[in-house]
Amino acid sequence: MPHRPSRINVGRRQIANHLFTGLAVLSTILVIAPLFAILVYLLFQGVRSLNVAFFTHLPRPVGEAGGGMANSIAGSGIILSLASLIGIPVGIGAGIYLYEYGGDRPLANMIRFTADVLNGVPSIVMGIAAYSLIVVPQKHFSALAAGVALAIMMVPTVTRTTEEMLATVPNAIREAALGLGIPKWRTVMTVSLKTASPGIITGCMLAFARIAGETAPLLFTAFGNQFWPSSLNEPIAALPLQIFVYAVSPYDEWHRLAWAGALVLIVMIMVSVTLVRVVTGRGMLKGGH
Amino acid sequence: MRRFLEQRGSGAVADRTFAALMLGCALSIFAIVALILGILILRSRLSLHEFGFKFFLQSDWDPVRGSFGAVPFIWGTLASAFLSLLIAVPLALGVAIFINEMCPRALRAPIAFLTELLAAIPSVVYGLWAIFVLVPIMRRSVGPFLKTFFGWTGLFRGPNFGIGLLTSSIILAIMVLPVISSIARDVMKAVPNTQREGVLALGATRWEMVRIGVLRNARIGIVGAVILGLGRALGETMAVTMVIGNHAAIPKSLFSPAYTLASVIANEFTEATGDLYLSALIEIGLALFLVTIVVNAIARLLVFMVTRGNTARAV
Repeated sequence: MPHRPSRINVGRRQIANHLFTGLAVLSTILVIAPLFAILVYLLFQGVRSLNVAFFTHLPRPVGEAGGGMANSIAGSGIILSLASLIGIPVGIGAGIYLYEYGGDRPLANMIRFTADVLNGVPSIVMGIAAYSLIVVPQKHFSALAAGVALAIMMVPTVTRTTEEMLATVPNAIREAALGLGIPKWRTVMTVSLKTASPGIITGCMLAFARIAGETAPLLFTAFGNQFWPSSLNEPIAALPLQIFVYAVSPYDEWHRLAWAGALVLIVMIMVSVTLVRVVTGRGMLKGGH
Repeated sequence: MRRFLEQRGSGAVADRTFAALMLGCALSIFAIVALILGILILRSRLSLHEFGFKFFLQSDWDPVRGSFGAVPFIWGTLASAFLSLLIAVPLALGVAIFINEMCPRALRAPIAFLTELLAAIPSVVYGLWAIFVLVPIMRRSVGPFLKTFFGWTGLFRGPNFGIGLLTSSIILAIMVLPVISSIARDVMKAVPNTQREGVLALGATRWEMVRIGVLRNARIGIVGAVILGLGRALGETMAVTMVIGNHAAIPKSLFSPAYTLASVIANEFTEATGDLYLSALIEIGLALFLVTIVVNAIARLLVFMVTRGNTARAV
């Protein structure tokens, strides 16, 4: 008599199948729920608190109504430009080395590994390092120190995406250029880099979006300031920093400003991330299929 | 002809300069790590010299009396990190499995995008939301509920302020989730399809295919993803600082306010009076740096073993 699988066993396997499918769906819902909870609440609170003064006025002292974060927005702009100006060229250069020169050499692999590990170092440690390197010798907080701290955070991300993007450029194009007698450096700059540039720009935008919201490294480098920024060598206001200060304060008026600031910050980040995704059709980190 | 040769010559020089420049950029990554390590050791040597290894065994943090021990912060950091992983790991794996193995193709990209949007929200915004939304919910509903139904476990003793270990672990869990799920997805994607087809051909249900064909093959990489999440949780600063309560004592229950390595630096660094105080804080930063480097290195090696090994086998 042939062996017949027991009905109960099949049933149990079906139940387990449905159970775990259900759990996977449930966890997806549980993960996406906080995203909407945060965004909807932020939109609600932020839109209520936003006005023109927010973008044009300096912060007011406690008790006075009104005031805005104009100087923080300008300060963030300065710090982020500085960080991009330092971090992006170094990152792209390192990426070029890794793909075009390093290849599979042990040195290149070590650099890849170090970049990945550096990517996981907490941002507050970057803050202490920039404080010790720049603030202590200069004896004052500065936009420069903040820019350097954030630039260090950009380097590993930009390096790895640049390398990844260079890898998508077909070798035949490189060989064609080299075959025409074009020196390697020109081939890299005008052929490889140019072909890969949409992807590399994506990587830079993602690195930018990542550091735009960073607060911890600014605490003891930028330090904050109530006035318009006037030099790279003095304490400077920054949007995430001001949000933090206002959020932990006991005043309702300041909480209102914190929500408005958070909305502006997140719109800035989301727009850049979504733009990148729409333009290049790629996932945010490595996502998308 | 002569002009051509001259051009070749200058081209060779330019080539070498360019290669050296790019190598310099790449080596700067080593330099950054070395520089951070060097400067942290230099600035914390006062405290290193004064307390030695005892710094990490002493539980007394009293800046006024000049007594510094990191035990309460180590406790707070480990407790909040592990609690957050306890919440985040099952959810992250669930999402990764759903997106990779179960989801209709059309929904894949949007859901992946949404989970990764979670990673784009800055820490300070999570903190803001936690202060004004999560903390009241914890104080009014979740806290009392846990106390009545799970009070017997002894985990929920003491007054419930809304802020504290549990609240900060929840917000931390939301923040490390996208990290774990995106790496877990990469790792699962590296499992060759022949594995799935083989298991299905033997008559397995879809869940059995996932369990036997995918999870078992990807387990090392999944452990790597979890450790990577741990590294993120250990160093997360702003959101935790805003809701953990910042009290330098070993937490007695999940409702107790606590303090983490990162948040003590964030809170006290600019107020540190005296060189010893400052150097003790920098020593905490040094410890955080070394621990996250080790944790991340282990995680990267594990992930690398799965993704690299499998692509090689699949080809």
